[in-house]
Amino acid sequence: MDAIIVVERLTKVYDLGEVRVDALRGIDLAIGAGEFVAIMGASGSGKSTFMNILGCLDRPTNGRYLLEGQDVSQMSSDRLADVRNKKIGFVFQSFNLLARTTALENVELPLLYDGSKYRERRIRALEALKAVGLEERGSHYPSQLSGGQQQRVAIARALINQPAIILADEPTGNLDSQTSVEIMGLLQMLNAARSLTIVLVTHEADIAQYARRVIVFKDGLVVEDRAVERRKAASAASVGVGTPLGQETQV
Amino acid sequence: MIRFFMTVRIAHRALGRNKLRSALTVLGVIIGVGAVIAMVAIGQGAQASIRSKIASLGATSLIVLPGSTTQGGVRYGSGGRATLRVGDVKAIEKECPAIALATPIVRTVSQVVYSNQNWATTVQGTGTEFPLIREWPLLSGGWFTQQDIDAAGKVAVLGTTVADMLFGSMDPVGQVIQIKNMPFKVAGLLAPKGQSTQGQDQDDIIFIPYSTAQKKIIGISHIYTILLSATSREALGEAIDQVTALLRQRHRLQPGQENDFSIRPLADLAAAEEESSRIMTVLLGSIASISLLVGGIGIMNIMLVSVTERTREIGLRIAVGAKRRDILWQFLIEAMVLSLVGGVVGIALGVTGSRVISAVAEWPSLISWNVIALAFLFSGAVGIFFGFYPARKAAQLEPIQALRYE
Repeated sequence: MDAIIVVERLTKVYDLGEVRVDALRGIDLAIGAGEFVAIMGASGSGKSTFMNILGCLDRPTNGRYLLEGQDVSQMSSDRLADVRNKKIGFVFQSFNLLARTTALENVELPLLYDGSKYRERRIRALEALKAVGLEERGSHYPSQLSGGQQQRVAIARALINQPAIILADEPTGNLDSQTSVEIMGLLQMLNAARSLTIVLVTHEADIAQYARRVIVFKDGLVVEDRAVERRKAASAASVGVGTPLGQETQV
Repeated sequence: MIRFFMTVRIAHRALGRNKLRSALTVLGVIIGVGAVIAMVAIGQGAQASIRSKIASLGATSLIVLPGSTTQGGVRYGSGGRATLRVGDVKAIEKECPAIALATPIVRTVSQVVYSNQNWATTVQGTGTEFPLIREWPLLSGGWFTQQDIDAAGKVAVLGTTVADMLFGSMDPVGQVIQIKNMPFKVAGLLAPKGQSTQGQDQDDIIFIPYSTAQKKIIGISHIYTILLSATSREALGEAIDQVTALLRQRHRLQPGQENDFSIRPLADLAAAEEESSRIMTVLLGSIASISLLVGGIGIMNIMLVSVTERTREIGLRIAVGAKRRDILWQFLIEAMVLSLVGGVVGIALGVTGSRVISAVAEWPSLISWNVIALAFLFSGAVGIFFGFYPARKAAQLEPIQALRYE
C-alpha cells in the first residue's frame, strides 16, 4: 500500500510566554492510501494538534510531514491554502455550514477558491450531493435540514475537490446515536467505494470501531497503533444512499 | 477577474443577509455624500451668480481717475483735477500691450425731453469702444460711429429706464429728443443691465459722443475718466503698471512726485465678494465632509461586527482553501459596496436636495460634474479606508481558533 501520509519525528511546541507546552513530542506515522484510521486520545493528548497539522492548518515545530510525497511542513501559507483546497476535505463536529446559503452553494464553497466556472461548480456540487444521497435537497438551507443531513452536506463539501484525504474531527459529536451510525456508514461506504483515505478523530470507542485502524495518543506521543478487530459495519440501508456499495461513479 | 466578480457576488450576498443593517449603514454614507453635494452646489451657485455680476461690470475693466488737487492747503478729492485728456486715451490704446480697449468718459446730469415727457438723467459722453468694454449689447438700433465723434454729431443711445420714461412701450430708435434744448437723434436702445453692485440703476443713462458732450453740452476740453479693458483678467496687474508708466511720462511727472491720477479695477468689490463666497463654499463643504467621515466610521463599525459574527465562516473559508488575500478582498469589497451604493444614492439625494433648496429659498445652486465625480471617488475611498482595518483583521484570523469560535 502506498503511504499517502508520512510524518517523521513530528513535534509541536506552543510557546505561551512563561510556559512551554509540548503538544507533540515526536510522532512517526505512515497512513496508506485507502486506509480508514481513527485517532483517539483524551483531551490534551495532542490528537487535535496532530489533526491540525495533518490538515495543513498549522505547521509543525520540527520534523517532516509528507502528503502524497510532498513535504508540506515548511510551505508558505498561500501554498498551504492550495494544498487544503485540492488535497484535503474537512468534516467538522459542528458541520460548519454557512447559514442562509443553500446546501448546493455550501458544497460549492471550495470551488470558489480554485477558479472553477459557474457551470462546472454546479455540476460537480450536484454530483457530490448525489454521492451523499441528498441530490433532492440542493436548494434547502441548513436550517431546513436535520443534523444528519447537515453533516452529509458537509461531507459532500469535503468530497467535491476529490481530495487525497478526508479529515473528520468528531463528525458524530453533535449527532444522536442512530444518525451517528448513518454518518459512519456513509464514511465507510466512501472509503470502500472510492478508496478514499479517511482520518477520523473521536473519543468514542464504538465510533472508532467503524475504522480499520486505531491510533491512540497520550501526552503528545502515539501509545497504541492497532488494527480494528470485529469491525462494525453499517448496512447499506442505514446509510441512506440508494446506490449499492462499490457501484458509485467517480465524481 | 473571475475571482473578482466572485468576490463581489459573495459580498453582495453577505450584505443581502442583513438587509436592514446594511441599509442603515449605507444611510450614513448617503447623508454624508448628499450633504457634501448639496452644500457645494449651493456655495458654487452663489459664486457663479457673483461671477456673472463681475462679468456684467466687465471683469477685465479698469478705470483711470484724475488725481486730487491741493489749493492753499485744501486737498480736493479724487477727480478734482483736469489732468486727463483724449490724447492720453489714444496713447494708452497705442502703447500699452496689456490694454485691449480704451475710451474717454465725460458726464453731466441733464433734463431730457421728448414731446410732452421729460426726465432728468445722466448724460455720458464716451467713445465707440464703450459697449465692447462693458459687454453691453443693444436691443435695437446701433451705437454711434467714429464719424459721429469726429463731427461731434448729435446722436444718442438710450438706457432702457430712460427709454421707458420718455417713450413708454414705443421704439425710440429714429426719434429725436432734446438735451439742453438741442435735438439729438436716437441711434440705439441698450439691453437692460440692472443694478450695479452699489445698487445704482445702470440703465438710467444716455450715451452721446464724448466730443459732443465736451464741446456742446459741458464746455470742457479735458475728460473725467478713462475706461480701459485689459487683454485678460490675469493681465490686470500688468495693465495697471503699463498705464501708470505711460501716464507719468505723458504728464511729465518727476520720480518721487505723486501720481496725478489713480487706476483701479472696476470689479474690485465684486471680486472680494466672490472670494468670501468661495470661502463659504469650502466651509460648507468641509462641514458636510465631516458627516461623510461619520458615515465611514459607521461602515467600519458594522464591518468589525460582521467580522466577529462571521469568525467561523472565515475559518471555514480558510480551511477549504481561501487565501488570506481572498478574505481581505471579500471584506474590503463588502465595505466598498456599502460605501459606493451610499455614494450613488447620496449623489441623487444631494442633486435633488440642492434643487429643492434653491427652489424653495430662491438661492442659486450649481451642480458640477467635478463635484459629483469627486463625491463618488471620495465615498469609494471612505470604503477602502474604513474597510481595510476590519478586512485585515478578518484575513489575519487563525483558522484553528476561528473554527472553534463560539
